[in-house]
Amino acid sequence: MAELVLKDVAKSYGEVNVLNNINLEIETGELIVFVGPSGCGKSTLLRMVAGLEKITGGDFSIDGERMNDVPPAQRGIAMVFQTYALYPHMTVRENMAFALKIAGQSKDEINQAVTAAADKLQLTEYLDRLPKALSGGQRQRVAIGRAIVRDPKVYLFDEPLSNLDAALRVATRIEIAQLKEQMPDSTMIYVTHDQVEAMTLATRIVVLANKGIAQVGTPLELYERPNSEFVAKFIGSPQMNLLDGEIVEAGEKTVVKTAQGGGTITSDYPSRPDDVGVKVSVGVRPEDMVQTEASDFAFEGTVSITEALGEVTLMYFNQPDGAEPVIAKLPGVHSNLRGQSLRLSAPSNKVHVFRDGVSLHYQ
Amino acid sequence: MSPLLQGALTILVGVFGCVGYFYAANLVLDKFIFPAKGPHTGRNINRANAVRPWLFLFPAIFALSLYLVYPVIGSLIRSLHNRAGDEFIGLGNYAFLFSDPTFLTALFNNALWALVVPASATFLGLVVAQLTDRLSWGNIAKSLIFMPMAISFVGASLIWKFVYAGDPDIGIINAIRDNFGWELVDPVQLPFWNNFFLMAILIWIQTGFAMVILSAALRGIPEETVEAAIIDGAGPLQLFFKIKVPQIMGTIVVVWTTITILVLKVFDIVYTMTGGNFGTDILPSYMMSFMFRDDGRATAVAVVIMIVVLPVMIWNIRQARQEMR
Repeated sequence: MAELVLKDVAKSYGEVNVLNNINLEIETGELIVFVGPSGCGKSTLLRMVAGLEKITGGDFSIDGERMNDVPPAQRGIAMVFQTYALYPHMTVRENMAFALKIAGQSKDEINQAVTAAADKLQLTEYLDRLPKALSGGQRQRVAIGRAIVRDPKVYLFDEPLSNLDAALRVATRIEIAQLKEQMPDSTMIYVTHDQVEAMTLATRIVVLANKGIAQVGTPLELYERPNSEFVAKFIGSPQMNLLDGEIVEAGEKTVVKTAQGGGTITSDYPSRPDDVGVKVSVGVRPEDMVQTEASDFAFEGTVSITEALGEVTLMYFNQPDGAEPVIAKLPGVHSNLRGQSLRLSAPSNKVHVFRDGVSLHYQ
Repeated sequence: MSPLLQGALTILVGVFGCVGYFYAANLVLDKFIFPAKGPHTGRNINRANAVRPWLFLFPAIFALSLYLVYPVIGSLIRSLHNRAGDEFIGLGNYAFLFSDPTFLTALFNNALWALVVPASATFLGLVVAQLTDRLSWGNIAKSLIFMPMAISFVGASLIWKFVYAGDPDIGIINAIRDNFGWELVDPVQLPFWNNFFLMAILIWIQTGFAMVILSAALRGIPEETVEAAIIDGAGPLQLFFKIKVPQIMGTIVVVWTTITILVLKVFDIVYTMTGGNFGTDILPSYMMSFMFRDDGRATAVAVVIMIVVLPVMIWNIRQARQEMR
């Protein structure tokens, strides 16, 4: 049984529509990550699940129970905020105990829950400190502890790591992953704009764009078979190269003649016979680009800039008309490539074809 | 010369005099006393920078010493002398004060004022600030409540004289009593309770002040802590008293003590409403009754007031400094 169900959920502020037709089923124990460009409504969607924003259309239910008008405290959720949102006048212990006190639990129960959570998060020695005496990472752990003591059905994380510095972010990310493993039955929804967090933590990723869901899938599904140019460019760094072209052979495999260079490239994506002659974009990830000496190649250009990162070398090919540069990522060190003319292609299972922004794979 | 012109001229001279002083003093310091040239350029610049703050502070320090420090010391000395001021009588004036029942009443009333007025004004201000925060017409309500702040104490007292008027066609209290067929009263002559009727005026004036400051403080509370508390299940009252009020406690204390200091100095209301009669005397109005008749006793009362205000003021400044950090 799906634990959380969003059916045709929509949000508008007066006349302004921010989210439309959100349909999503989340199973018990999943860690769902909402990603998307800023302003796409991912935080708004999370706050609608939390009950901090009113749902203006559609139905949202947890365990089959309609939640649209249930107050936040009775939804069985707990939320971790980007700014931690600790109560500054309460000690760590009081912060964690607050919800239980309000719920009228006995002192023993509260003590037990707080001690257990503090133990799990290595906060025991800080229990009697005020939040201002803690570091950023510790504060975020207290915020997570405050969620754990309530033993909610669903944990909501609103960009929990973006206020931490880079090293702490990686460490806390791993802590969250371990926490999830310790609690296999709790469902988590996690909002971030950081792809690495999304790829490493998620059971499934929900990419939000254009007031709706662009694609839902496991991290590797999104990486290997993006359903649109938008998702293709959003997942992966540096982003996927898109080359203009025209389909010249349709069938089980699709052959595209690229506009620049004039060569062809083959994709495992199938196409219909009447697709021949259609203008498409060919998508190749920088890391899938290979150097070729063959006469049939996808792209030829002069290396404008190289970035040697040691494990890989990034090459930028500036485009003549100011379009985004084509980027290739070759393993290992390649010196003296700058200014040279290179021919690039890619294996057919790594080539994506998009028609009007939509992947042929899903047509 | 017309007084209007005189006033304008004073303002001009004052403003440009200040600008002129700072400019000229700075120029003299940099060009002539410690010029930034010659064999000791570096040393001269350092010395000029060390002197500059004192140069700029001098007018303020001078004026404050002349009009604040000197009068305080003068009052202290004067309070130790007799009525004519020519004979040293030690603590004689103070001994008289503490044997005078009127003084003791004034002291008691003042304590009452210092307890009731700041507490009521702060509490009402806090409640109004919270209640008007989300209202569409909240700003209009706030403006109305703030307006009495712009009225002088004497003006406010005159308005409230109408409220408390004995004629049921004028005073609202007696109009209500008349309506129910009750006996008419003069609120400012009711023993003991008349103090509270006078306090109501100051509360009416100061609630606006408390409201404005506390409203700003309430807006400064991070919205996430409120949302976290909502998710934790806090109801509106718990949200207000357990999450919001503790976070602005520092501001509440500053508002409270600021009004307390004001209360200990206020005299106009009592002077206008009752002249200190009917058992409503407070220290400042009691002091006024001695002014020009016995400056020794008047200054002694002034010193007592200062001693009472001082600890509150020190606490207030400490709190305000902590708030700024």
